[in-house]
Amino acid sequence: MKKMIHLLTVTVLLLCVLTGCGGSKEAVATDGSTSMNKVIGALGEAFEADTGITVTYNATGSGAGIQAVQEGRCDIGLASRNLKDEEKAKGLEGTILAYDGIAIIVNPNNPVSDLNVGTIAKIFTGEIKNWKELGGNDAQIVLIGREAGSGTRYGFESITGTADKCDYRQELTSTGDVITTVASNPAAIGYASLASVKDTVKALTVGGVAASEATIKDGSYVVQRPFVLVTKTDAALSESAQKFYDYITSEAANRIISGAGVVPAN
Amino acid sequence: MKKSKLFENIVHGIFLILGLITVGCVLLITVYLIISGIPAIREIGLFKFLFGKEWASTAAEPKYGILPFILTSVYGTAGAILIGVPMGFFTAVYLSKAANKRVRSLIEAAVNLLAGIPSVVYGLVGMLVLVPAIREIFNVPDGASLLAAMIVLAIMILPNIIKVSVTALDAVPKEYEDASLALGATPTETFFKVSVPAAKSGIAAAVVLGVGRGIGEAMAVMMVAGNVANMPSLFESVRFLTTAVASEMAYSSPGSLQRNALFSIALVLFLFIMLINATLNFFLKRDKEK
Repeated sequence: MKKMIHLLTVTVLLLCVLTGCGGSKEAVATDGSTSMNKVIGALGEAFEADTGITVTYNATGSGAGIQAVQEGRCDIGLASRNLKDEEKAKGLEGTILAYDGIAIIVNPNNPVSDLNVGTIAKIFTGEIKNWKELGGNDAQIVLIGREAGSGTRYGFESITGTADKCDYRQELTSTGDVITTVASNPAAIGYASLASVKDTVKALTVGGVAASEATIKDGSYVVQRPFVLVTKTDAALSESAQKFYDYITSEAANRIISGAGVVPAN
Repeated sequence: MKKSKLFENIVHGIFLILGLITVGCVLLITVYLIISGIPAIREIGLFKFLFGKEWASTAAEPKYGILPFILTSVYGTAGAILIGVPMGFFTAVYLSKAANKRVRSLIEAAVNLLAGIPSVVYGLVGMLVLVPAIREIFNVPDGASLLAAMIVLAIMILPNIIKVSVTALDAVPKEYEDASLALGATPTETFFKVSVPAAKSGIAAAVVLGVGRGIGEAMAVMMVAGNVANMPSLFESVRFLTTAVASEMAYSSPGSLQRNALFSIALVLFLFIMLINATLNFFLKRDKEK
């Protein structure tokens, strides 16, 4: 009898633990690219001030965000790359929200200030190993990259045609880490979202074109990638999510998007 | 009378549940890891997985060899032990036997504080101070390396080693030491020939605990080791078992071979930790039996 009581109590309490999750109303859940932190944060704040609907943002990475929207764990997925065909085949659809320039960054003490895409590719595949060959100091080039799967890495490698061929010295897991590392090593070169670049590093011009809103929008700065909103094609958004979607793709949101350092698509 | 018995029963039940939750978690994690870790090993092949020298999980032709990670974890932890254990051991002997009360409480407070620092802070300091320092001192292109990870890990395991060793040394009966001193041994001779041998099981346990902490650490290591899947070399960028799982997990899609292979790495790591725990239990048990 005593054992029965124990067992019963155990079962009841375990059931209580397992049924803890519940839904909340009037919130829009977004999930995905860590690079979109700034722009989604700014848009979410403005949207909440206007409508009182909260926007949550889960910084998990493009792949995870796409996965989340597909599994229905969030309303809008955020990806810093275009959807692959196999992802579209799973019933997802992407809308470009903005364009982000990927800045090629070096230490501020590095005399090199301009490279073209071909040279950048040669540097990252290890064909050019010393800054001397590019008119810089006699120092071995230290390549700083992002981990496999990162949207920034994917963007950079697909634009420069160096996918799977980069000979990195370090693979770091965040944009901040890349900037910190490049700022502390005079021979380092790396890439980071233009919106996150600070004064501690120097952004190179690519083929003579500096990364800026105008050069990204007209396409003359070539190292750039889209910020994509991912939604399901077969299921409608919830009412509040649809409002948020309309809000951020409207022209009124462009000012906020530019304020976050990226270039609005519309 | 009956009421109090019912109360007792309820309290016992609650304690039992709390105990079972722990057991349940361990079982759940073990079963989950085994179930999700086996498919990738099957698909890749155990030998190719464990002894393959190349890891390129997102390449067009993916390669899943984790020998670099295993060796890096083993070397890194061994290096940390090599640096950390002598420091920790002598500190423990000093604290337990030679230091006066005020010095002891001061150093112990510092050790406790060291134990409480989050690993991301170790990583950050390592990244901003240690990595550039290694680059300058050893004149290498970049300081993020196995050596940097070893040093950070050595500092991280120090509190474990010191605290457990001090406890073991404190437990040595005073009579042993008094007898040794009475026979004419100097205090230093007594510490190393009487106290330390008497506490050797406890000290061994401290070392094993340090190994466990070192091999399981991810965050700090991820920030200073560079994370490239090279075969280990002191001044090269390396990737540990833990960081291999942590850095790619967020981006791998569920069900893919990459995600499954990450679970397999976790399983290998889990087996390592189990082995270390078994060793630890062996030492502790031997201590108790004596």
